[in-house]
Amino acid sequence: MTGPRRYVGERVRRNEDARLLTGRALFVDDVRLEGMLHVAFLRSQHAHARVKGVDVAAARRRPGVVAVYTAGDLGDFWRPGPLLVPPPPIPGLLFNSCTQVPLAKDKVRHAGEPLAMVVAESRYVAEDALEDMTVDVEPLPAVVDLEAALAPGAPLVHEHLPSNVAAHVVQRKGDYERARSGAHAVITRRLRYDRGAAAAIENRAVVAQWDPRAEELTVWDTTQAPIPIRNGLAGLLGLLESQVRVVAPFVGGGFGPKIMMFYPEELLVPWAAMRLGRPVKWSEDRQENFYATTQERGQIHDAEIALARDGRILGVRDRFLHDAGAYDPYGLTVPINSQCTLLGPYDIANYDSEFTAVFTNKTIVTPVRGAGRQHGVFVIERLLDYAARQLGLDRVEIRRRNLLRPEQFPHNHEILFQDSAPLVYDSGNYEPALDEALRIVDYERFVREEQPRLRAAGRHVGIGVVCYVEGTGIGPYEGARVTVEPSGRVRVATGVGTQGQGHFTVFAQIVADVLGVDVEQVHVITGDTREFHWGTGTFASRGAVVAGSACHAAAVAVREKILDLASHLLEAPKHDLELADGSVGVRGAPDSAVGLGEIARRANPLRGAVRPGTEPGLEATAYFGPERGSTANGVHAAIVEVDPETALVEVTRYVVVHDSGRVLNPLLVDGQIHGGVAHGIGNAFYEQLVYDENGQLLNASFMDYLLPTATDVPPVETAHRETPSPLNPLGVKGVGEAGAIPAGAAFAQAVEDALAGSGLEITEIPLSPNRLFELIAEAGAGARGR
Amino acid sequence: MPVNQQLPVDLTVNGVRHHRTVEPRLLLSDFLRHELGLTGTHVGCEHGVCGACTVLLDGEAVRSCLMFAIQTDGHEITTVEGLAPDGAGGALHPLQAAFREAHALQCGFCTPGVLMTLVPFLRDHPAPGEREIREALSGNLCRCTGYQNIVAAVRLACDRSPSLRR
Repeated sequence: MTGPRRYVGERVRRNEDARLLTGRALFVDDVRLEGMLHVAFLRSQHAHARVKGVDVAAARRRPGVVAVYTAGDLGDFWRPGPLLVPPPPIPGLLFNSCTQVPLAKDKVRHAGEPLAMVVAESRYVAEDALEDMTVDVEPLPAVVDLEAALAPGAPLVHEHLPSNVAAHVVQRKGDYERARSGAHAVITRRLRYDRGAAAAIENRAVVAQWDPRAEELTVWDTTQAPIPIRNGLAGLLGLLESQVRVVAPFVGGGFGPKIMMFYPEELLVPWAAMRLGRPVKWSEDRQENFYATTQERGQIHDAEIALARDGRILGVRDRFLHDAGAYDPYGLTVPINSQCTLLGPYDIANYDSEFTAVFTNKTIVTPVRGAGRQHGVFVIERLLDYAARQLGLDRVEIRRRNLLRPEQFPHNHEILFQDSAPLVYDSGNYEPALDEALRIVDYERFVREEQPRLRAAGRHVGIGVVCYVEGTGIGPYEGARVTVEPSGRVRVATGVGTQGQGHFTVFAQIVADVLGVDVEQVHVITGDTREFHWGTGTFASRGAVVAGSACHAAAVAVREKILDLASHLLEAPKHDLELADGSVGVRGAPDSAVGLGEIARRANPLRGAVRPGTEPGLEATAYFGPERGSTANGVHAAIVEVDPETALVEVTRYVVVHDSGRVLNPLLVDGQIHGGVAHGIGNAFYEQLVYDENGQLLNASFMDYLLPTATDVPPVETAHRETPSPLNPLGVKGVGEAGAIPAGAAFAQAVEDALAGSGLEITEIPLSPNRLFELIAEAGAGARGR
Repeated sequence: MPVNQQLPVDLTVNGVRHHRTVEPRLLLSDFLRHELGLTGTHVGCEHGVCGACTVLLDGEAVRSCLMFAIQTDGHEITTVEGLAPDGAGGALHPLQAAFREAHALQCGFCTPGVLMTLVPFLRDHPAPGEREIREALSGNLCRCTGYQNIVAAVRLACDRSPSLRR
């Protein structure tokens, strides 16, 4: 006998695929209800303006229009949104909380901010009605550039504040000044890292239906966090939490921005549905997505690294500005991630980091896949590249000398992470990951043979090798309920929403292994508050870590119930029993096996007496909250070829070795890495949100904002290493953002290497062929001038 | 022409004839999704770039967000629902099966458009190379997969199913 089949760790095909492939999966915009009305929003054309009035009288008269609302029509319902993520308790921290409002009242603070809402019999009519409206505004000078925003006399995004400072945070460890005074070399650079749109292919959407007989509100929402949305909506609408059901069905990509509390639209659509007594739908169009869905944007770092003669890092000092956009409902998650992730996989004893978050007249900034970690990785990796060059060290060697060693874990960095917990790395084994990446990409052969040979032939090829860590799997907690039904099939309900990660399969694998059932017999439900209403959501690469651990705990509790009942039924001690193939039986006596469905029926009798304290059914609910996040790590190695005439860059090889602890499903982990790298390459070379001096976004369409296509993204070669996390029973760490985080740093190093000798320094991401062309020209001019 | 004018349209979708009257400005994508309830066809940009709304018009891939419903009068449309008529519980099209096998989808939102792009491509290119496959996919945006496993799925489907080449 080979024992029961195990699924965890296997390349299990996804349970959810058939529905998605056949067009039968439900997405929010697919919801069709009798009598449903449709919404369009009037949005500000100006980035910064005083609003004197919005004339909606003509729109209200248009046939087919049911209602038009402006800020003044909202009454007490008009109020600024909650602060979704309060800042960590860092001593001396300054944070000015200015959250978004449902409809702009006296002032607009970014282009695309909603001013009025039309509800009509069709979306076509609702959009017609937008043309009927006129807005009386007094344009104000826009706050766009981060440094200009802080200059004396700059226009103010929020006039009740003395400046455009949204936050000021200092975190230190050790004594950087002392470290610097004893340094062999000190290297400083100004580094810029701008980020783009999340650009999930599905835009946001909200549908709401008020049932007056049941007194229940049902909301279908493309959110990554249905439970907090339910609880928040209930509070604002004066309903019991149990009267509100929020369903996040299949969601067409999240990547961060689909978690907000609240987007104006997701507040106003349910409110209108209750007020009008009819179902109401709003679906964002792509142009709205560019203005109204949160983005992640730039930071400017003035960074300095102090080194010993042998390349050991003595300390790092960093001062940076962070673009918060017009409001800051997401607190300081993004810049604190940057601040913390800069330390990377390295042993840095002295660190002095200070940032200022700045309000600007641009769309709100919240996490996008990576959530500020990119910025930190870019800064430390670039500093190490320049340090290696100055000290005459190989770029790999300088990294190797500074990696944390296995005996240094758990490693306390002595500063606070975004989740308010100390930045402590739980486990890691970094050097073997570096070695494996070098082996796969064949680093030595490339730099000693291939690169010189190709260079001699006039070709410009370069390699980039960078290391990173990713803080994942943060708390507070998630939960799950596991039920064995009389059919023998198993249901798993959990609160996290799902946006393509494969939760329907990974959670099923975990539960199937504990209960000894076929993975396809495990039916997972996520993102429906009627099914499960405790939890926080899908963010920070935490689904598998936190919700996965809760599924495991609930399954273990159900297994105990099965063993208790079966022990009684089969008159055998529990330790002699075995769960396999959907049955429980005495080990070595296959004829004794009883199906789990039969046990479930017996656990729910219709007549007779049960022992006191007995719970009916084979069901258990469990929760898991890690004491802090688990830290994944890895190495990216990229080989590129640059055409200096056109500044086009071709990525010819891309290797990712990563360690996200125990791998639950290599097929899905590879998929996460592939997509992350594509996103990272987009960020590095194709995607940039271009704002002009008036705060107008100049490229708000897929024709002008370039997502990488199948011809732009190279095949990614992956390898998994598994250093288990001690912080959860599965030993897992998150992997959702690992592909995207170091791609910019790897790209910059490789392109610079390809053009070595030209004097080119890449101190900014994103590049584009245009920008790279300019930089090559500048470097050439500089070289000629010398 | 007044926007609320209604015009007749007579078309075949997945083998079923439909007679409707629609506003001339109604997009084919909206007609399929909201009039016929065929919500497998997704809308990602409404300006013809992302490819999520791709359907077959008389066997050729078109962007349903760039066509009006009335333009399909007398024509035959195939949507993703037409590839596997028995739904999620029934038999998958060989290309759909290969997508599952190769993990060629994550959120699945772009997937129907990708499938409807590939069906005529594989009919016309029975044994495509990697470059050809990537060129064929370059009009469909996917944010989740990095395209790698989509390419793998196409190769798998070609290896396994000579019938795709008909």
